[in-house]
Amino acid sequence: MVSMCFYFQVHQPYRVRKYSIFDIGKEKEYFSDDSGTDLDNKWIMNKVATKCYLPTNKLMLELLEKHPEFKISFSLSGVFMEQMDEFMPEVLESFQKLVKTGRVEILAETYYHSLAFLHDKEEFRSQVKMHGDTVKKLFGITPQVFRNTELIYNNELAREIEEMGYKGIIAEGADHLLGWKSPNFLYKPTGTEKIKVLLKNYKMSDDIAFRFSNRDWAEWPLTVPKYVDWVNAINGNGEVLNLFMDYETFGEHQWEDTGIFEFLRYLPEEFLKNPDNNFKTPSEVVDAYPTHGEYDCHNFISWADIERDLSAWTGNEIQDAAMAKVYHLGEKVLQTGNHGLIHKWRKLQTSDHFYYMCTKWFADGDVHKYFNPYNSPYEAFISYMNVLHDLEIEVLDILKERGFVKKEESGLFGISV
Amino acid sequence: MKVLMFGWEFPPFNSGGLGTACEGLTKALAKQNAEITFVMPKRVDLSLDFMKLSFADDHTASNKIMREYYFNSPLQAYSNEETYEICINTENQTEEKKKTIYGKDIYEEVLRYASVGEQIAGREDFDIIHAHDWLTFKAALAAKKASGKFMVAQIHATEFDRTGNGSVNQRVYEIEKEGLQGADLVITVSNFTKQKVMKHYGIPEEKIRVVHNANDFSEYTIRQLNDLKKNKKVVLFLGRITLQKGPDYFVQAAKKTLEHYPNAIFVVAGSGDMENQMIRQVASLGLADKFIFAGFLRGDDTKRAYQMADLYVMPSVSEPFGLTPLESMINGTPTLISNQSGVSEVVDNCLKTDFWDVDDMTNKIVSVLRYNELYKCLQTNGTEEVKKLTWDKPARRCVDIYEELLEKNKNGGTN
Repeated sequence: MVSMCFYFQVHQPYRVRKYSIFDIGKEKEYFSDDSGTDLDNKWIMNKVATKCYLPTNKLMLELLEKHPEFKISFSLSGVFMEQMDEFMPEVLESFQKLVKTGRVEILAETYYHSLAFLHDKEEFRSQVKMHGDTVKKLFGITPQVFRNTELIYNNELAREIEEMGYKGIIAEGADHLLGWKSPNFLYKPTGTEKIKVLLKNYKMSDDIAFRFSNRDWAEWPLTVPKYVDWVNAINGNGEVLNLFMDYETFGEHQWEDTGIFEFLRYLPEEFLKNPDNNFKTPSEVVDAYPTHGEYDCHNFISWADIERDLSAWTGNEIQDAAMAKVYHLGEKVLQTGNHGLIHKWRKLQTSDHFYYMCTKWFADGDVHKYFNPYNSPYEAFISYMNVLHDLEIEVLDILKERGFVKKEESGLFGISV
Repeated sequence: MKVLMFGWEFPPFNSGGLGTACEGLTKALAKQNAEITFVMPKRVDLSLDFMKLSFADDHTASNKIMREYYFNSPLQAYSNEETYEICINTENQTEEKKKTIYGKDIYEEVLRYASVGEQIAGREDFDIIHAHDWLTFKAALAAKKASGKFMVAQIHATEFDRTGNGSVNQRVYEIEKEGLQGADLVITVSNFTKQKVMKHYGIPEEKIRVVHNANDFSEYTIRQLNDLKKNKKVVLFLGRITLQKGPDYFVQAAKKTLEHYPNAIFVVAGSGDMENQMIRQVASLGLADKFIFAGFLRGDDTKRAYQMADLYVMPSVSEPFGLTPLESMINGTPTLISNQSGVSEVVDNCLKTDFWDVDDMTNKIVSVLRYNELYKCLQTNGTEEVKKLTWDKPARRCVDIYEELLEKNKNGGTN
């Protein structure tokens, strides 16, 4: 018996607009920008919706209607749901239609697709709750399985998530932790009681997400029968095949002309030809299968890069400074009780902002490995810090007016404007 | 492989990046077993172990007829019509000498250098000719004609760069064009310049090879902190003060920077025909106490200037390559360069801006001064990156280009 378990990540950050020192103290809009470039959030939502979300959702609905056994799951970041609502309600409707079939599960995550767990546990719990509330409101369901931003994970997170009442958690099936063990079973996170961890089979996931259109790959072209052969080979030495990937794989990372949609269209039919195979959502997997030992993850892992660590978002001076400053500002922002300001501050916690400041690819001279809407990591940092600076001024002004802070306090930037 | 190379200056007797580039390239070429005879218009007190120097004013040459043409030429790098006149009129020359020895104007000088080129071609043994910029082109063409050897013309700056695309001197342009068209292959120091050479000089793309400049970091030591600047942050301009280098944009950005970061001080190192204008501009904006004009610096002083600075700015209007950012980065100084430069094609760990976008330039200057982590990150990554940019790669490219031509020679003779 092999259960194919799909989870697709759907996320778009609120990218920070080009924000210069001249804007500090004046420009209150941090995110929107009508530039029609890769910093224009509305424009991007439109572009990706046309290439990916709308056609892929349409195909998924067809597949769900055609195959009563077909099941999938999504994790939709809160900032993505908000941008759908704000810019493209028809995309939201298409997701709602899928969920209505009863065979599409929605996972839990932080509303702001943030790294809050690394810095502020209370903030982390608030954001997970906010996300749950939004999913409930938009889709009428309560998530039962949690996935953290970029699959950032360790034992401590699993314990926290268990305490918060979830029955499952998603993580990368990292070779260095698995050793001889297979990602195709469930495990018990070390230090927990009953929560189960679902591990991404990164080889089989990346065959679709990354290698599908790579003509230098020995297995190119990847046909449905070939792929299903590989899946069938798991029978007997695995129970679940966790295929976790960005939803933008379909149509955005792998363009339509690569044949990715045709691959998806015929995959369920071919897979179901084997009577031992079925589809399950993450919570069904947790209910159906026992754990086979422990997954012991002391240090943080993620699903990013070859390193599978946090080095895409943390580690260089500018990333660490930006992250320290945004969380340092938290207490005062919350103190204002101003929902608009708190929301802006939280949008600045989205992991993508720190990803754009990553210089490790620059160091290798391999700049083209990753995508950055800013001209350089340094420019990403400049706009981000200028925005934080403006936010701080506004927060301090409010608190000074209320007498919460002294008039002469100038904040962590120590610069008066 | 023997290379007859026509240059016009060499460190420490240089007035800009061209001499530095020639030094880096020839050193690295020597490592690749190229034998170089380097011809300069003027005798300088210099002896180098990696190549042979030849001077156009060499009186030991055997040809008596030509001897009178071997002058101590006032021809220098970055000469133009005006500076040539200033030069011959201020060098305490006798009226008679002026009339008889020096050419009437810079163009006559170029012609004289050309005739010397022919002479040197006759007395030197070489396989290939390599000329650097327009003043040497006629000499190289003459050497090509006399010897029948292939010629590579390298463009470090075009007349369009020097004049900021403004009033191009037609005669200089003609000489550049003649040299580029007469050469068998053209080397440009960037794609930026390659486009200009194609557009303005009608040189077909297949005849152009891009060889980026690099850095000679062995002579630099690790960063030493300078306690000269205790409470101030220093923003440095280092280069010739000419239209091409964008000094006026630097002053405008300085004014705006001070409105947001009053503790900044601006150091200008260099000289040039816009120096007085720049000083007047600074004074009229009321910035006199925020600017230090350090004059033209050499060697260790240059290094000290970089190391003292918190940020080096190169706001060039049109910079075919631009070596100073590499020097700045190797000295651990964060660097802001204009997009209108060849060097911006090869470095990533610096800030970039359009020279005309004074607000963006100011935003970046203030951010480096204000956010210490940005300073540190640019410093660490910039130094690392530039260390890898050595002259070995451009020298290898040059050898490949020579071999390409020599191969052609074998197969079909010269043209």
